[in-house]
Amino acid sequence: MEELQLVLEKNGLVFAFLAVGMLTWGADVLSKKVFASKIPGSALAIFLALGMGYLGGLIAEGEQGLADLPLFAGLSFLGGGMFRDFAIVATAASASFLLIRKSGWIGLISLVLGIGVFFLAGVALAWMMGYRDAVSLCTLGAGACTYIVGPVTGGALGASSEVIALSIATGVVKTIAVTILTPLLAKKIGLQSPESAMAYGGIMGTSSGVAAGLAATDPALVPYGAVTATFYTGLGCLVCPSLFYLILSTLLGA
Amino acid sequence: MIKGLALLSFCFLTGMWCGALLGSWLGIDANVGGVGFAMIFFLLLKEASVRKGLWNGEFAFGIEFWNKLYIPIVIAMAASLNVKSAVSSGLLAILAGLLPVLLAFWVFKVLIKKLGTS
Repeated sequence: MEELQLVLEKNGLVFAFLAVGMLTWGADVLSKKVFASKIPGSALAIFLALGMGYLGGLIAEGEQGLADLPLFAGLSFLGGGMFRDFAIVATAASASFLLIRKSGWIGLISLVLGIGVFFLAGVALAWMMGYRDAVSLCTLGAGACTYIVGPVTGGALGASSEVIALSIATGVVKTIAVTILTPLLAKKIGLQSPESAMAYGGIMGTSSGVAAGLAATDPALVPYGAVTATFYTGLGCLVCPSLFYLILSTLLGA
Repeated sequence: MIKGLALLSFCFLTGMWCGALLGSWLGIDANVGGVGFAMIFFLLLKEASVRKGLWNGEFAFGIEFWNKLYIPIVIAMAASLNVKSAVSSGLLAILAGLLPVLLAFWVFKVLIKKLGTS
């Protein structure tokens, strides 16, 4: 048994293929038998994986969910930024350049709108919870954008580590919320065409959440959502600690 | 197979480089739109190679593989997110993570109706 565990830990990435493959298989069976294919297998597999990430966090008390258990360390490599971004670019193989160029302006509008909505809502909620200084408010508003914009902003403004940690947690909750809600609400909000997926990516912004949510809704929409979402974090890192902070601190008179 | 994969890798790396350059030019410590640039390069090169007749089954397979691997990667990512701290880090994180998303769904719906695209 000890030898087996050693082999699995040594070949973490390969074991991750096996683990994800088995989860997908189980989720497909569950989708067909229990939910009569009403919830897509991939959506179910992503929910299950989130649940396992929670369990992993409980057991290992780390920051990477299930991947903090040595046995499952390969998951964080397979699901890490490099493979995720590489595979997103590969999904462009089935996208149309003409369509992207045609709806480029929708993407731009939605990006500006998306960052504005999330920042404002985040600041308003932080205000209601009793935060009054511009630095904390700005960091928490940035955290409502994505879990990268939050700490980048907090770091630039010199926010306390407690506030920065809170802003990261906020961003992670957002990613999870977008992942789960996208497939559930897609039809109701008219998220069905490539153009609307581009607007969606710009408004929601969290690359992981948008990509996972769209994958569970309709994999053909993934490249369109991803192409705008990829600009969101960068744009957020640009405006939150500069323009938005200046506006906030002027309003607060500090 | 490897030729297609090489094309994809080339686009990915150049795109990421552009994103990093744009980031440092804007003076921020983040990659701005690297994936977006990479996708645009890839789409352009794809059209060029289709026209030149390079894009055959064997060539496309190396790209198709990664296209299909996308969902498994997302599943692995979901399992390695810090779900526990997100759930247990208090009311503000949950509210500020969830409520703006609901608001944004509504904004999206209004925007799509206004633009009339569907």
